[in-house]
Amino acid sequence: MLGLNNKDLRLFIIVICLTVFAPFILNPFPETSELAQFNAGYPDLMQRFIIFGIFAIGFNILFGLTGYLSFGHAAFLGVGSYAAIWMMKLLTLNVIPAILMSIVFAGLFAVVVGYISLRRSGIYFSILTLAFAQMSYALAYSVLTPITGGETGLQIKATDTPLLSNLAEGEIGRANLFGLDMRSSFELELGNWLFTFNAGYYIAVVFMLIAFYLSIRLFRSPFGMMLRAVKSNQQRMNYTGLNSKPYTLAAFVISGMYAGLAGGLMVAMDTQVGPERMFWTASGEVVLMSILGGAGTLIGPVLGAGMIKYMENIISKINDNILHKWFEFMPDGIEDFLVTIIHPFIGKGWHLTLGLLFMAVIIFLPGGLVELGQRIGRLFRRGGSKDTAAQSTPAE
Amino acid sequence: MSKSNVTRRGVLKTGAAAGAGLALPTILTAGSHSGFTNAPTGSTVTLGFNVPQSGPYADEGADELRAYELAVEHLNGGGDGGMINTFSSKTLEGNGILGKKVEYVTGDTQTKSDAARASAKSMIEKDGAVMITGGSSSGVAVAVQALCQEAGIIFMAGLTHSNDTTGKDRKANGFRHFFNSYMSGAALAPVLANAYGKDRKAYHLTADYNWGYTTEEAVVQATEGMGWETVNAVKTPLTQTDFSSYIAPVLQTDADVLVLNHYGGNMINSLTSAVQFGLRDKVVNNKDFQIVVPLYSRLMARGAGANVKGIFGSTNWHWSLTDEGSKAFTKSFGTKYGFPPSQAAHTVYCQTLLYADAVNRAKSFNPCAVAEALEDFEFDGLGNGKTLYRGADHQCFKDVLVVKGKENPTSEFDLLEVVEVTPVAQVMYEPDHPQMGGAEATLGSCNPGA
Repeated sequence: MLGLNNKDLRLFIIVICLTVFAPFILNPFPETSELAQFNAGYPDLMQRFIIFGIFAIGFNILFGLTGYLSFGHAAFLGVGSYAAIWMMKLLTLNVIPAILMSIVFAGLFAVVVGYISLRRSGIYFSILTLAFAQMSYALAYSVLTPITGGETGLQIKATDTPLLSNLAEGEIGRANLFGLDMRSSFELELGNWLFTFNAGYYIAVVFMLIAFYLSIRLFRSPFGMMLRAVKSNQQRMNYTGLNSKPYTLAAFVISGMYAGLAGGLMVAMDTQVGPERMFWTASGEVVLMSILGGAGTLIGPVLGAGMIKYMENIISKINDNILHKWFEFMPDGIEDFLVTIIHPFIGKGWHLTLGLLFMAVIIFLPGGLVELGQRIGRLFRRGGSKDTAAQSTPAE
Repeated sequence: MSKSNVTRRGVLKTGAAAGAGLALPTILTAGSHSGFTNAPTGSTVTLGFNVPQSGPYADEGADELRAYELAVEHLNGGGDGGMINTFSSKTLEGNGILGKKVEYVTGDTQTKSDAARASAKSMIEKDGAVMITGGSSSGVAVAVQALCQEAGIIFMAGLTHSNDTTGKDRKANGFRHFFNSYMSGAALAPVLANAYGKDRKAYHLTADYNWGYTTEEAVVQATEGMGWETVNAVKTPLTQTDFSSYIAPVLQTDADVLVLNHYGGNMINSLTSAVQFGLRDKVVNNKDFQIVVPLYSRLMARGAGANVKGIFGSTNWHWSLTDEGSKAFTKSFGTKYGFPPSQAAHTVYCQTLLYADAVNRAKSFNPCAVAEALEDFEFDGLGNGKTLYRGADHQCFKDVLVVKGKENPTSEFDLLEVVEVTPVAQVMYEPDHPQMGGAEATLGSCNPGA
């Protein structure tokens, strides 16, 4: 069905279910319990899961298939975002043209950057892309302030009057899809549980499913095979008389367009852009996402993106106050001791927690979270029989 | 096979979800029950403290968080009450806000607008915060302020000095207690003219981003108004750490004053570099060469060490002030944490109290009612003397402190001395001042959300 083999179809359907029912899956704890702290089922974070999922899927097309490690992918995200917000400021508040333009502009920018950077490979390629991204960041931050708004970035203001939208005087425009406000939500109360179904989230889901489907098709296509060949031995490929550059450039541009789509969606969900979206740490983050989830696998990068965004948004919000509430039942001495022990890992310490997790994954699960899933799956399927000849598809 | 299987499962699941939805009459849309976003329903009210816990302004963020915790303690009747006792409005009685106990959630802005907005959104969507406050840079403040406007939440800005926050990017739901670039310029210029004369030639080094631009503009206009001449204004990249290549050209000009429109680590490095180049021992045009730093903070002064001695700048508040409010705040902060508070801590403490008081006076948490209570509100006793929260742009107007690096500091906290308290009348401006976005800048209308 849909040109997918059974295994891929199963994966695709799992992804559809996960994304469609995410508001339930991510809110497992009742509102009133202490564990509600760990609920992630609110619109903003769910949107971020999806958007960074798309970003990581796109990055994985380049990194997972060709092995080219781009260290400046956030630049395309930023270019897409700026294109989208200008479409909304000037043309229409409907998100569709904004998202399309974000893909187009990111793609064009990727052609330029890719054409130059792909003259080199390996570390030199990474450095070139990094340089381009930092250059874009610096331009957006200061030199191009009239276009990018500089440090404060761009937002939709009351003074913006897009060509095709009729706003009342002084009304601040809102991103919409043919009149459906991106931020409108439908809340469902079941006992102590509260589930939020957000319009913007489901629109992002549609884009993500399309992106995911295209990525499966691309992975399984002859073109995808060619990219894998580049990864395993580009020199040998060149010696056989085959010019690999068009393939790598195509992969680079596709990957850039995915990043642009993610940037456009970010603006559609939350109408503001700032230059630090292009900072090198943002580029580094998507590399981490891919590796954490499992580079070269279909679902891995999405899982990695979810993991990192979860840590960033949930762990960073736990403070000492909350810890004290958790350990209230213990004697004072032990309570304070436990809080002191855990303190470095929460709040601003979420970076540390993430770092430790990342190290653990790299050391024990070189294939990322996907490998963890495979190991657990094998445990169940074979009744725990030791299968040392485990072969995993992830990146070599 | 797989096809039919899957369809059935999907249909079943969708059906179940739809059924559950239909069966339940209590379906709500966000906050519609009380007319505004996140109306507190129980016996508590949640505030969101959104400060940089990592990134370049982490120090300021940590101090802000301390002050917020202190403010919550005081609002709930704990501690010695701090500035609640000296505050001219007497609605705060230590029983929370409107009788509801104050709780809070914290988040890390990472000094990035995206992260700050994500964190603020989770406070609004997940934790039900009815007010967001914090921020330690103007980019973040402007971004979060716009978010709060969209969501229908009150935003009480923390440390943000750029004109834009209450200038061209002002919003009906956002309020700023801290002073701004324009005020710095207006307060500094007369003091500089007095100390250094009216025929000076100034050379500006400006951090290459919005705050730098507005500060440079403000200082240039104010000093030129006094008769100074601006020789040159050079932009320096924000990430610059070695300023020698920017300082050396200063010596080639006939400038006799160097203005460093830098903040934080930038200022520490550029000032140190300027002093090492011996600028302060130079004599140009028969006058001693001088250096000026428009925005000072204690944390910066500490970083620059002995180099700040005798250098003029402006600040929002300093713990060594001797009015009742400042003394009370310094005392309760010092008792709790063991060192005096910074200006960042002071401004966020004030903002929290001002919000709580406005809610009490409005007798409602509705952002529109709170905004109305804050607009054109005059108060005293919060350490800055008589202060006005102007309704036209939601900016506080109060006296501005001109400070100087102390020649003989007695401790690592005692680095600045107040030279002059510039009266508020001198730093007042029209809401449609060109530096503030001109006639185009508008607050828009208040948004209660829902």
